[in-house]
Amino acid sequence: MSADLSVILPEIALSVFAMAGLLWGAYTGKDRSAPMLLWATVAAFLALALWIGLNGDGTQRAFGGMFVDDAFARFAKVAILVSAAAVLLMGEGYMARRGILKFEYPVLIALSVVGMMVMVSASDLIVLYMGLELQSLALYVIAAIRRDSARSTEAGLKYFVLGALSSGLLLYGASLTYGFAGTTQFAGIVAAAGGAEHLPLGLLLGLAFLFTGLAFKVSAVPFHMWTPDVYEGAPTPVTAFFATAPKIAAMALFARVAHDAFGGATRDWGQIVAFLAVASMFLGSIAAIGQRNIKRLMAYSSIGHMGFALIGLAAGTAQGVSAMLVYMAIYVAMNIGTFAFILSMEKDGRPVTDIASLNQYARREPTKALAMLVLLFSLAGVPPLLGFFAKFAVLAAAVHAGMTWLAVAGVIASVIGAFYYLRIVYFIYFGDEREPLDPVRSPVLSGLLIASALVMVLGVANLFGVDVQAAVAAEALVR
Amino acid sequence: MDNLVSIVTFIPLVAAVILALFLRGDDAAARRNAKWTALTATTFTFLASLFLLAGFDPQDTGFQFVEERAWILGLTYKVGVDGISILFVLLTTFLMPLTIAACWDVEHRVKEYMIAFLVLETLMIGVFVALDLVLFYLFFEAGLIPMFLIIGIWGGKERIYAAFKFFLYTFLGSVLMLVAMIAMYVDAGTTDIVALLGHRFGSETFSLLGIQIVGGMQTLLWLAFFASFAVKMPMWPVHTWLPDAHVQAPTAGSVVLAAILLKMGGYGFLRFSLPMFPVASDLLAPLVLWLSAIAIVYTSLVALAQSDMKKLIAYSSVAHMGYVTAGIFAVNQQGIDGAIFQMLSHGFISGALFLCVGVIYDRMHTREIDAYGGLVNRMPAYALIFMLFTMANVGLPGTSGFIGEFLTLMGIFQVNTWVAAVATTGVILSAAYALWLYRRVVFGDLIKESLRSITDMTRREKAIFAPLVAMTLLLGVYPSLVTDRIGPTVAALIEQNQAAVAEAAPLRLAQN
Repeated sequence: MSADLSVILPEIALSVFAMAGLLWGAYTGKDRSAPMLLWATVAAFLALALWIGLNGDGTQRAFGGMFVDDAFARFAKVAILVSAAAVLLMGEGYMARRGILKFEYPVLIALSVVGMMVMVSASDLIVLYMGLELQSLALYVIAAIRRDSARSTEAGLKYFVLGALSSGLLLYGASLTYGFAGTTQFAGIVAAAGGAEHLPLGLLLGLAFLFTGLAFKVSAVPFHMWTPDVYEGAPTPVTAFFATAPKIAAMALFARVAHDAFGGATRDWGQIVAFLAVASMFLGSIAAIGQRNIKRLMAYSSIGHMGFALIGLAAGTAQGVSAMLVYMAIYVAMNIGTFAFILSMEKDGRPVTDIASLNQYARREPTKALAMLVLLFSLAGVPPLLGFFAKFAVLAAAVHAGMTWLAVAGVIASVIGAFYYLRIVYFIYFGDEREPLDPVRSPVLSGLLIASALVMVLGVANLFGVDVQAAVAAEALVR
Repeated sequence: MDNLVSIVTFIPLVAAVILALFLRGDDAAARRNAKWTALTATTFTFLASLFLLAGFDPQDTGFQFVEERAWILGLTYKVGVDGISILFVLLTTFLMPLTIAACWDVEHRVKEYMIAFLVLETLMIGVFVALDLVLFYLFFEAGLIPMFLIIGIWGGKERIYAAFKFFLYTFLGSVLMLVAMIAMYVDAGTTDIVALLGHRFGSETFSLLGIQIVGGMQTLLWLAFFASFAVKMPMWPVHTWLPDAHVQAPTAGSVVLAAILLKMGGYGFLRFSLPMFPVASDLLAPLVLWLSAIAIVYTSLVALAQSDMKKLIAYSSVAHMGYVTAGIFAVNQQGIDGAIFQMLSHGFISGALFLCVGVIYDRMHTREIDAYGGLVNRMPAYALIFMLFTMANVGLPGTSGFIGEFLTLMGIFQVNTWVAAVATTGVILSAAYALWLYRRVVFGDLIKESLRSITDMTRREKAIFAPLVAMTLLLGVYPSLVTDRIGPTVAALIEQNQAAVAEAAPLRLAQN
């Protein structure tokens, strides 16, 4: 039993921390302690990331194989914790100035991160569902954290209703899978599928429903409808959070279910994932063209990027999973910088989201404009920036797996997608001079923005070793 | 000097980083410092590249000055030069100081302008020295970013449209090449260009979605690369981005675009299409030859109808690139020698012509041909230099333009008489549009009121043109300066290509 506990010690530690924070906030000065609690949460995230990153070794299973701690889970957990810390940090100023920095905010984020950590370590349908729901419930509340704003409430409600629907579908899939495989454990499901060329029909149906639920969580087309509305309605720091950590968790869970539970049936789900990928890439690229609101634009951008990451999964190989992890890590690093930039877009003290308001931003803030330029070209996947290597990795995995058509579709979508990123460049550098935005002096935001841009440039030398770690992680998952 | 190639490649980038980090302010002194830093860096790059030329052994047909290091995602950082690429490196390093000097009068965001050009130089040299597929792609594509900004920020009235069209057009062209590169990686197991040159890609016909792919994998790869290089070249009918980009780009941007960036397409054909996909090249050569012939005649006719000087020269560039593509796909010594020669010579001539337009544009702020006339009365030195480059553009013997056109036409004639005949009419048409342009701008009486006070070229402008004049005339009377250096490598390339074609089963486009 104690051996089991030691495997989930990081999750336990974070849960205890979250509950202690909740009690502390409730019994002491309520929201006055929120900034301190927020900083403490950031520190806790980073400490846990260090702990998991440095201490983990090999593959350990706990609770009779329901929970697994392997290189794959550790890679995802470190990425989740670091990105959550960064996003939490950059939202502080914004939330405080608008009076929505409640002490529940860092606590809820911490709880959702616990959920994510459980998700990526799940090796059983029940554990999967537990993690997913813990994460989702916390996120529903955070989306609506701005209670007096109709949009924020609408976003939370929309997210909740559609999220509940997807959870229902996922649960139905899980029960079908349980019914036909006779077990909820991933290892047992693979065995039940038993070397046959195709899955039995019942399992196939279970798989389809499971994948539907997961596709909702990664906002892959055609289950993406909630994304633009939630991204637009939620307060920007919350949007930034949605666009980073939960995406890694959901994508990692997707890979976990696909390879751990249905590992022998690559041929059965490969086509489903390939379809999700192509549809997401094209819809993400095309629908973003018409957007003037940068948060909605980033929602479509994230749909498109998830499509690219799914290419890696669709390849159905260890190389594909490794490429997907590299892609997610780079995507999240880009998004942190981009949202740091969006958070600093203010006019008369109010946040603005219209991209036309960026007119000639470069004239007044050359350094930040340059950093944003780097990030936008990186998001578009133009070499020599890291965004290109992310795309290169997944495309190479697809071609290796004999899915050249998928790679061709991907590059065409990336050209369409380049247009709307360039349009932001257009407003920053070429646009007409009009009323400028407020000069926002925030060392945290500028620091994250510039650091993220520097990562995109300097990473070309060795990717900071992320590709090596991702390969190890993928080896642990795909055997 | 084990890493001379890397030094040459990255000096400009280092200078750009220094400018970005350490140069503050936007006063006159800062602007001057930015210009001098850029000029010094590009001059140093040129001097360093001379060492490359000095140490280069033309008889060795392999790669020289090779450097190799492990890199990310299983790729390698590998650079080096051979007889085909070295002169393009020299062309780039030679033209960049002149380009920087030509934008001495820019006063708008000077620091950024210089950084953009310095970064661009690194990327352009990188394209020519890269010996790893993905490294090549990286340099090839990354060049779009500074050029997009140069057109978009410092360009003319319609600059936004031109910048987007330029970026998206070329981006679409090259992403297909990326997929092809990955497919080559999967097939050969390496991205090392040297290893790939020795790899035989499959050329067995197979059926894809019910369509017979004659020439198999080679044909598909060839087409993907062709999509990229043809856009970059640019070949008819995918040339339409070029006139827009040229007209809207600032003078220095046009010079770089015409003189260097266009050459990447031709270089790509020589580096990838011919040696790596010999069977497909052989199969599809007639297509390229005819497209080139059409390009030469069609764009020459279009050039005749232009009222904007830059647009006219842009179309003339497309026509001249037609000789290059036709010469390359003639696949014989004269054809390819001529094509490389034509690319180098066009680099000097078209660069100089755009500079010529820039000289009067700086004074009158219009590129309309009708706005000028009788300039010879006020600007004798300008008239002389413009005349020289007009003649070189026409291909007058004694200038480098003649050698390039003559050699390529000779090469084409041996392969396809009809294409050669059609292409030769381009020589006459080019004389028509170039001389007509010259007559309308320079000759006649100076009747326009606005031109009364126009001044002749300054000493700085003359100094910029001097090296270009020298190179155009020198290569015109002493072409073996180039052909001796490229000859052995080209001979080896042709031999290898023809051996591979002879070995493969004969193919025809339409099998019964």
